[in-house]
Amino acid sequence: MMYVFNRNGVCLLYREWNRPLRTLNAQQDHKLMFGLLFSLKSLTAKMDPTNAEKGNLGVPQLPGQGCSFHSFRTNTYKLSFMESSSGIKIILVTHPGTGDLLESLKYIYNLYVEYVVKNPLYSPGTPIRSELFDKTLDQYVRGLG
Amino acid sequence: MPPAAPRSGDAIFANVERVNAELFTLTYGAIVRQLLTDLEEVEEVNKQLDQMGYNIGIRLIDEFLAKSNVSRCVDFKETAEAIAKVGFKMFLGVTASVTNWDADGTSCSLVLEDNPLVDFVELPDTCQGLYYCNILSGVVRGALEMVSMKTEVTWIRDMLRGDDAYELQVKLLKQVPEEYPYKDDE
Repeated sequence: MMYVFNRNGVCLLYREWNRPLRTLNAQQDHKLMFGLLFSLKSLTAKMDPTNAEKGNLGVPQLPGQGCSFHSFRTNTYKLSFMESSSGIKIILVTHPGTGDLLESLKYIYNLYVEYVVKNPLYSPGTPIRSELFDKTLDQYVRGLG
Repeated sequence: MPPAAPRSGDAIFANVERVNAELFTLTYGAIVRQLLTDLEEVEEVNKQLDQMGYNIGIRLIDEFLAKSNVSRCVDFKETAEAIAKVGFKMFLGVTASVTNWDADGTSCSLVLEDNPLVDFVELPDTCQGLYYCNILSGVVRGALEMVSMKTEVTWIRDMLRGDDAYELQVKLLKQVPEEYPYKDDE
């Protein structure tokens, strides 16, 4: 599965390729995912042993400040995450054996730039409706698996 | 695999698709001319150019980040350097220099020796208050806003008004941290 969020938590894109169990409705699902990542980022930044200055837990941070986590793995899936300095977050949920997807996420970010950002009919901050983007993304992700 | 190092402006400029410089200059000129005809007020045109630049900037930032791979800038100084060396080079093909840092490092000037937007341009007497390149100030403002920096960007020197170079002053008003957008009780 794949999610793309912008800095305000709006889910710009949600694609799924193989999701057997559906637990919540779509809105709840997105909110949960965004909330999870936001908290994880905050937590990882605060627990960073190499960072000298640490605010208290709960203090909002500048995007990108502190360390950013890349992925977590459970026994049934692996979630990979990438955040750009402009707040665009890309999440990919795959099977647990997948290697490090940072380069792939960067490539997807590039695709996003090419097909979505450069499209003059797309208003930033709204969900993405671009067939070209969907198709290319689809091809790329199937090629990864 | 080690993360890719940030690429220099020249390297990226060589790799992106480029458009003919004259086409670019003439298109921009046509835009400004049309705005002047439609709006007539020079101040209005300045504002429109800034707004257009802002809309461009908020999209441009993603392309910039994706192609240039710069890591997070720790402070405003690094940001200004990144814009001047990588950003301007990547999109306009010219490098700017960063000067005039004020005491707390929140305000600096980007100086452009040559500016592709203004080739062949001369301002007539009827348009003396016009900031011809105001679109650039909008672009910088828009782009920085998407990386959480609220800035104010103004022109200090403008060659079309008789100065010897283009100088853009970028002032950091504040850094806006990320906030959790959903209310806690939902």
